Amino acid sequence: MVEARHQSGQALENGESPNRRAWLRFRDNRPAMMASLFLLVLIALALAWPLISSQSDVHSEAQFAAPSGGHWFGTDVHGRDLFGRVLAGTRISLMVGLVGALVSLVIGVSWGATAGFLGGRWDNLLMRTVDVLYSLPSIIFVIVIITTLEGVLQRWLQVTFGGDGGETARMLLLYAGLGAVSWLTMARIVRGQVLALRERQFVEAARSLGLGTRAILWRHILPNVFGVVIVYLTLTLPAVVLYESFLSYLGLGIQPPRASLGSLIAEGAAQINPIRVYWWMIAFPAGCLAALLMALNFLGDGLRDVFDPKADKDC
Amino acid sequence: MSLYARLAKRFKRPALYSVAGARAWFCAVSLAYFLRRLATLVPLVLVISFLAFCLVRVAPGGPFDKERAPATPDIERNLKAKYHLDEPLWKQYLRFIGIGFEKRNDEWRAFKGGLVRGDFGPSLKYRNHSVNDIIAQGLPVSLSLGILSFCFALGFGIPLGVWTAVRRGRWQDHVGSFFSILAVCIPAFVLGPVLIVLLGIKLPVFPVGLWGGPWHVILPAIALGTYFAGKVSRLTREGMSQALHSDFITTARAKGVSERSIILRHALREGLLPVVTYSGPLLADLLVGSFVVENLFQIPGIGVFLVSSSINRDYTMVVGLVILYSVMLLVLNLVVDVVYGLLDKRVKYG
Repeated sequence: MVEARHQSGQALENGESPNRRAWLRFRDNRPAMMASLFLLVLIALALAWPLISSQSDVHSEAQFAAPSGGHWFGTDVHGRDLFGRVLAGTRISLMVGLVGALVSLVIGVSWGATAGFLGGRWDNLLMRTVDVLYSLPSIIFVIVIITTLEGVLQRWLQVTFGGDGGETARMLLLYAGLGAVSWLTMARIVRGQVLALRERQFVEAARSLGLGTRAILWRHILPNVFGVVIVYLTLTLPAVVLYESFLSYLGLGIQPPRASLGSLIAEGAAQINPIRVYWWMIAFPAGCLAALLMALNFLGDGLRDVFDPKADKDC
Repeated sequence: MSLYARLAKRFKRPALYSVAGARAWFCAVSLAYFLRRLATLVPLVLVISFLAFCLVRVAPGGPFDKERAPATPDIERNLKAKYHLDEPLWKQYLRFIGIGFEKRNDEWRAFKGGLVRGDFGPSLKYRNHSVNDIIAQGLPVSLSLGILSFCFALGFGIPLGVWTAVRRGRWQDHVGSFFSILAVCIPAFVLGPVLIVLLGIKLPVFPVGLWGGPWHVILPAIALGTYFAGKVSRLTREGMSQALHSDFITTARAKGVSERSIILRHALREGLLPVVTYSGPLLADLLVGSFVVENLFQIPGIGVFLVSSSINRDYTMVVGLVILYSVMLLVLNLVVDVVYGLLDKRVKYG
């Protein structure tokens, strides 16, 4: 940390751009760098595996085979290679996490920016709503909504687009539900930032030049909120991944034969019995999920140190 | 006029000049705030119950779809009539709330039961039980699991957080922080199966499931509490490091207060504020985690019912549980707010 500040101080003297300074500080954060490296490798592997391997979904005769040279992570109840399943699960978990986090970003930023910029009665109304939603068990609503509206949405998709629509309906509800539970913190943070920015002189200057509210919001305020938004997007990502695996674990998320990390862990937990322990069916998906969440958390913390100087508790 | 000013008017201001008077004043303000917030919960709970009530009925399928005997239209009609599912939606809702009248034996009588009388109605799936029965059976189990996990989280999280904050930047901090971030990345449904395999099957120390003696509680409580212990420890560390850098700590040091007293009496009070703020969402997450843990360890709580009854379209059960959870969380959050005010005297209730 000391070196980091020293370096950034030097960068400041050399008159380097804020982005470069941010990069220099980030580079010195070893956990965050290792986490991003790990994430890159994991994502590349998860994306490329279906192209490299031919055995990912093949049903071989080897049911419940222990990890070996042929199957690095062993095989599951249907004899599928667990390594490929875990990578496929990682891919889906990450995708759901990313889309869910983006949904939360859209809701949170528009909600917070509106509240902060309009101020007064609107601010009060919008932020009181956030307070109320904070104290409600939102995930319970997500469970109820997924189980009830799935059928409605599926029927609507069938009528409108044809086909079965079951999987699409489930995925859409999953994205919307996960986004809908995780935007609250984002809204609060964006509102705080916008409130502070609104009083700054460049906004006043823009207004005195005759710029409209929407133009000021889009061109001057939102770009300045960007850094903080990125930080909290990264911190929302593990939370959404966690919720998704939780729902999949309960059987409300990804449906078989597709896999997410949560449903893989559930499959492993279903095979627990006192006679033979198929430890690999729990250990590998669980380890992968833990490593993924950990990397995302380290990355988020590193980005927060860089982009959000107020959160830097060292000074 | 703000609440504060209104109370000040009613109270005799000179009361504030004595310590006892100031205390009484403070308690009065907190109590008034608590009661006022409590009153705002009533319309909120009504809105939530209405939404949940409509939502479950919008879903395709009904509670009697999965009957063992294939239901003839007659049987289904009779069943629906028995549970009043053939009435228009508004009437069903009023009946559920318990406000309104109906013609019974050619006489207008008030609805029996209903939410206002604390009655959630009969379960549509477990026909011999009312929702109240099921809640009365399961809630104590779920609550004791939740409270134990909460204690576990605080009991491990706070000391670890304080320790890492005090040893900030040294190896103890790095090791402690690593463990707390590791704990945050291991949700209950990961830790649970691992604990079952290791401590239940490989080394048969604890029972692998069910509910009974104190031995049954340990594994579920650890599985559920570890995640929160990590979170609490991270928050404590953040709050404590901030508190240890503030001016009043420097003053205390200059006055020669012992280091132990500085940490435990002065800094901890300030450093725990983030934890208090977090306890509201923590309780919500605890509920969520309890679904998984109850499912995993086959614990007869109410968490298992929410998912199953909402798939089975057990209308009354879903609505009852949603209301129960919402009320519990809203009230607990309120308590957290008041506790926060008691700890941090700078908070003013507007």
